[in-house]
Amino acid sequence: MTVRERLREKISTAFYRHGLLCASYPVPIILFTSASILACCYPLLRLPLPGTGPVEFTTRVRDYTVPSHEPQGDLGERPDWYRGPPVAYIQQVLVKAAVSPWDSTLVPVDVFRSPLGRVFSLLEEIRNHVHNDGSGVRSLEALCLQVTDLLPGLRRMQTVLPEHGCLLVSPGNYWQNQRELFDSDPDLLKTVHQHEPKGLHTSATLRDLLFGVPVKHTGVSLYSRKRVVTYTITMVLGSYDARFLSSLRARLRQLHPSVNCSLREDHMVHVHFKEEIGMAELIPLVTTYIILFAYIYFSTRKIDMVKSKWGLALAAVVTVLSSLLMSVGLCTLFGLTPTLNGGEIFPYLVVVIGLENVLVLTKSVVSTPVDLEVKLRIAQGLSNESWSIMKNMATELCIILIGYFTLVPAIQEFCLFAVVGLVSDFFLQMFFFTTVLSIDIRRMELADLNRRLPAEAGMPPPKPGPLRPREAPPPPRPSPYTITLQTPAFRNLRLPKRLRVVYFLARTRLAQRFIMVGTVIWIGILAYTDPAGLRTYLAAQVSEQSPLGESGAGGLPPHLGVASVFPGPGGDPASTLSVLPAPAEPTPLPENQSQGHHGAPREGVPHQAQAPPLVPQISWGAEDEEGWRRLSFRHWPSLFSYYNITLAKRYISILPVIPVTLHLSPREAIETRHPQDTRHPPPFIGMYGEGSKQVINPLSLSRVAALGLAAGVLLVLLLFCLYRVLCPRNYGQNGVAHGRRRRGDLPCDDYGYSPPISEISPLLLRGHSMDIECLASDGMLLASCCLAGQIRVWDAQTGDCLTVIPKHGSCLYSCIIGGWEQRDGWDTVGVAEPENLGGGTEPGGGVFDEDEGYPLRRRTTPRPALFEDQPDLTPLIDTNFDSQPSSHLLLTPPRDGFDFGGLVERAYLEHEPPSLGAVWAMELRGNLIAAGRSSGKLELWDAVEGSLRCSNEDGVSGITALAFLNNRIVAARLDGSLDFFTVDINKPLGLLQYRGPPGRSNMPPSPCYSSEDVISCQLTRSVQCAHQKPITVLRAAAGRVVTGSQDHTVRVYRLEDSCCLFTLQGHSGGITAIYIDQTMVLASGGQDGAICLWDVLTGSRVSHVYGHRGDVTSLVCTTSCVISSGLDDLICIWDRSTGIKLYSIQQEVGCGASLGVISESLLVTGGQGCVSFWDLNFGDLLQTVYLGQSSDGQGVRQLVVLNNAAIVCDFGSELSLVYVPSVLEKLD
Amino acid sequence: MSRSGSGQTDPSRGPYIAVITNRSTTLVIRGFMLFSIGVFLALVLNLLQVQRNVTLFPPDVISSIFSSAWWVPPCCGTASAIIGLLYPCIDCRLGEPHKFKREWSSVMRCVAVFVGINHASAKVDFANNVQLSLTLAALSIGLWWTFDRSRSGFGLGVVIALLATLSTQLLVYNGVFQYTSPDFLYIRSWLPCIFFAGVITMGNIGRQLALYECKLMSEKTHQD
Repeated sequence: MTVRERLREKISTAFYRHGLLCASYPVPIILFTSASILACCYPLLRLPLPGTGPVEFTTRVRDYTVPSHEPQGDLGERPDWYRGPPVAYIQQVLVKAAVSPWDSTLVPVDVFRSPLGRVFSLLEEIRNHVHNDGSGVRSLEALCLQVTDLLPGLRRMQTVLPEHGCLLVSPGNYWQNQRELFDSDPDLLKTVHQHEPKGLHTSATLRDLLFGVPVKHTGVSLYSRKRVVTYTITMVLGSYDARFLSSLRARLRQLHPSVNCSLREDHMVHVHFKEEIGMAELIPLVTTYIILFAYIYFSTRKIDMVKSKWGLALAAVVTVLSSLLMSVGLCTLFGLTPTLNGGEIFPYLVVVIGLENVLVLTKSVVSTPVDLEVKLRIAQGLSNESWSIMKNMATELCIILIGYFTLVPAIQEFCLFAVVGLVSDFFLQMFFFTTVLSIDIRRMELADLNRRLPAEAGMPPPKPGPLRPREAPPPPRPSPYTITLQTPAFRNLRLPKRLRVVYFLARTRLAQRFIMVGTVIWIGILAYTDPAGLRTYLAAQVSEQSPLGESGAGGLPPHLGVASVFPGPGGDPASTLSVLPAPAEPTPLPENQSQGHHGAPREGVPHQAQAPPLVPQISWGAEDEEGWRRLSFRHWPSLFSYYNITLAKRYISILPVIPVTLHLSPREAIETRHPQDTRHPPPFIGMYGEGSKQVINPLSLSRVAALGLAAGVLLVLLLFCLYRVLCPRNYGQNGVAHGRRRRGDLPCDDYGYSPPISEISPLLLRGHSMDIECLASDGMLLASCCLAGQIRVWDAQTGDCLTVIPKHGSCLYSCIIGGWEQRDGWDTVGVAEPENLGGGTEPGGGVFDEDEGYPLRRRTTPRPALFEDQPDLTPLIDTNFDSQPSSHLLLTPPRDGFDFGGLVERAYLEHEPPSLGAVWAMELRGNLIAAGRSSGKLELWDAVEGSLRCSNEDGVSGITALAFLNNRIVAARLDGSLDFFTVDINKPLGLLQYRGPPGRSNMPPSPCYSSEDVISCQLTRSVQCAHQKPITVLRAAAGRVVTGSQDHTVRVYRLEDSCCLFTLQGHSGGITAIYIDQTMVLASGGQDGAICLWDVLTGSRVSHVYGHRGDVTSLVCTTSCVISSGLDDLICIWDRSTGIKLYSIQQEVGCGASLGVISESLLVTGGQGCVSFWDLNFGDLLQTVYLGQSSDGQGVRQLVVLNNAAIVCDFGSELSLVYVPSVLEKLD
Repeated sequence: MSRSGSGQTDPSRGPYIAVITNRSTTLVIRGFMLFSIGVFLALVLNLLQVQRNVTLFPPDVISSIFSSAWWVPPCCGTASAIIGLLYPCIDCRLGEPHKFKREWSSVMRCVAVFVGINHASAKVDFANNVQLSLTLAALSIGLWWTFDRSRSGFGLGVVIALLATLSTQLLVYNGVFQYTSPDFLYIRSWLPCIFFAGVITMGNIGRQLALYECKLMSEKTHQD
């Protein structure tokens, strides 16, 4: 044993034990894991939240010096970004103004018109302020931050934001700092509003920038209750001069003293901004996240066969996410501060860690045998996958280790995180996910019983019956020949409306899509409207990225209407002129005002006493101290970004505000009025609160909403198309038919176009009057037997009918039961007293065909020419088998069923009861047809001449299955016995001549019997009680006969001496399907949904897999894989050597269970009125061939593959011969 | 007795095979999807490069809206369409259908790693160019090993990467655009690695789409 193997074994045992542990104590383990996750994430609390929120640092104003660039040792609390001069100093002058006393003659506009008007004089004052001391003359112009052009994308703002000069903003910028424009503006609010972005926005708007306080605090509105207008004049200073600022402060305070103001003025705040994430960074980031989500989506979609798919998917995602959090937490705990942008590397981390392990675990656990205990299943599943999990993890760790040695800091850090993440992910998978999985599996086991008995859904209300688990089916009849196959009826349930709606929602994923679309629209709007967003960015890109050529600004038109307070150093004379007239009278104005102001408080006080509500109270509170805090944190970055100055990773210093209080008299307010102001709604409207201002916003909002809706609809359509193109898989697992098909319609009509002529045209072989019951072929000939008992022989090449074997003498008496091959209840009783059968007909319907010799009474409808001498019973046939649930067959006595008796008896009594039973099994070899009847009689017919060559009536129990191999016939009987017959040919002319080319591998060359031969059929051996219960399947090949029975066992007999070689046990349900071929491959499928592969030579079980929920309905093998179909409408393809499921195909409901393999890579399945061809290598549907128009309710139940690339299937009363050369060509 | 099935069915309802089966239609759809994926990736990845001023495009009229010259995305799209169609085709010709990890989730993983490689090339600061190129080369090979592992994929990737590098050299030589700091003749030395990773990625997508094309058909025809 090599080291590797030993290691492997050790790992496997360890995992097994671990699985047992997890499944045994789920709750403590989950609690433990949650606790450890929380503990590991605890250090995260100390980390700053991810994002671009600014950081502050406060220093005293008095001893402020510009910090040096070099880091100094002792500055304990000083943050490391506090180095070097700030980008700018912000000095705000906070103005609070009110008209007092408030007069009832005043209109609402007066609240803000005259206070706003005062901004111009204040501006004059500020910019003309000159501080002169010994060291020189300083003015604002020398200190302020000089700005150049606005970004090219912001031409809209050129009129309101200063360019080429000092960055000094105030509400006056709306009117280009010109009093005249302000005075002549008829609607101030409109001016303010027209610069607002439409729709939603998150970052600072122009209004915020100019007013310097949040919108709702400005008081510039027609409905403000407080009647106090607040705004700021914001000066951005490039350098700090304490003396100038204090003299300015003193000057303003002297002019406009604020009486009750007690703002602290000794602290300045330094605000550090982190790196901004611009649109350019965002787009790749968003892309990676989209890819990440697609990855998660496609991964979790693969989770299958569990109770709650979404629960497990969630658990998987939680596992990965919390392992990432844990890794970050652990890294910080050990002193490794993350410097990488978390959001950026996160998707890559998830992709590196991956969801694969989780899925592999799930798959492995799910594919363990269902009948095991949950604990053991988990343990087995874990230990099965232990090696691959460990291997993968080792590989990943190695790769990451290599990455660590690249010695690139960023990659090293990434690798470190990834290592910790991988380890914690492994931990979580082992503890958290495994436990969740065990809980889920346990829940599924509970629900499983109910699910596997769909009878409760399909049971018609008037026929209640006790539901029993399938493991112990009650014997419903004396002779319980019960192959419990579901009828299609179950699948065509009409679900309650509520459920259908839910299914519809689930199928189309409406809610999900709406949310998605909503988010997309929202993000789109955000991205578009954000002033620092896409528009600006794109426009900036145009001019910016031209370093090869001349500067982009060269192409821009000259700036017009520059709002500049100062004539900039290089400012154009035009704007200077327009501003210059204003300073002509600056000095008298403040004097006047300060006087007026001095008067105002004196007047105001008595008024306040008289009518308190009328007097606006200007109060200064602590919140005014740092009013900028109430602004968006993007306020300053966006202001600076307009001038292409970035604050990312830099800081600004905000100086204490200078408070200014203005009291205006009503007279002044009236004087400054614009003639149109009085046209506004009456003053008392303030009480009622609705008005013109509100109109603007809702209107634009509604426009945005309409546009958004249109875009949304478009997006939904687009997404829908994309979805159709990309994800054709059918998610609705069990379900509702997609749009109920109308009768007679072709299934594809949903798409609204008529199907084109196919390349493959099925050849319909007609002639049978009833549904075809048995079908046999040897490659050259084709024999079919219908319910009417008529056997027809066809040429498999041309489709010509060669022979018709009608009822013969005493006739064939046939019946059908159910849409599926159900023969329950037809047993010896029926054979012994055939006339009773009419009364005992099963709900499936009974059909009787009388032989030719009897007189007829009833002729109601025209019949096919061949049957002229029979009573027409077609009106009695209830072909609607779908409406009859099969459980009903099991649980109710026959008489309770669909009582046909009355109807049939009348027609029936006129004839002698047939002495023979129905043909239950038929085989064709050479030109001999072996037919097994319900009476137990075995007949051999000549296929060419249509004559009975011999018959054997040794047995009495009905023959349920026949195998005809070489010259031996094996018949399985209803009572579980197995009879071996030998066909002896006394050939007068010598040897048999072989006819035709050698057949396919599983069809030995067929001898041809000539009509002169005397054929005898002798029972060589009868194995009584071959099985305890009825034999359900009989297959013969390679000299072996294999039987499967209801008693859960498979037996292998040798054909020559009819000796039982093995009894194969391993299924926990009745055997429903067996496959054996020349290469001695034996596969069996049972009612437990399990598929076993056996070694026929040793009788050992090669593999045992669970693939279906419910019976395995058919099995086929190719040289490399095993194909099984089940009642769950799933076709599974397994690897033959390893027993691993390669993939599965979910068919639509009621598709039938017939399978056939045409070539090594071509699979054919029968569906409702169609056959489908699949490429076995990839599981692709190659073609679907519709057999006819009226496909409803006629499923293809039998499907035989001929050796000339043709298939034959039954299609109601017709046979369909489909040549598939074109499909084959396509494959090659 | 028996008649031909096609003879008796009414032409509009005849046995039916979806239009979509048509080979060329699916080919066109596939090509278009690959093209759009290529254009999208080109736009996004270019943004990464432009951000770091790795590539410079001359100021060109309206075209530079999308951060690069107009011809870049269509070129990338066409190239990816060709590659994406070529891969399944070559698999088919060689007769060794690619069976390794044929799932969308693995394809998504591959795309994510590809974007990550681009990200690294644009954003991570390496000490020198040799180190950067070696790291990226290792990553690209790792990508191939993780998601492809077919000889044909490797060969095609190398050939196309070399051709693409050559054509980029020619383009730069003729002054169509330029790199800010070329270190390998006129281009960056990591360019072949990126091309290789891109070819592998597109090949993966193309194979997956080819695989899906028939499932799409199955949905169309099989939808009840």
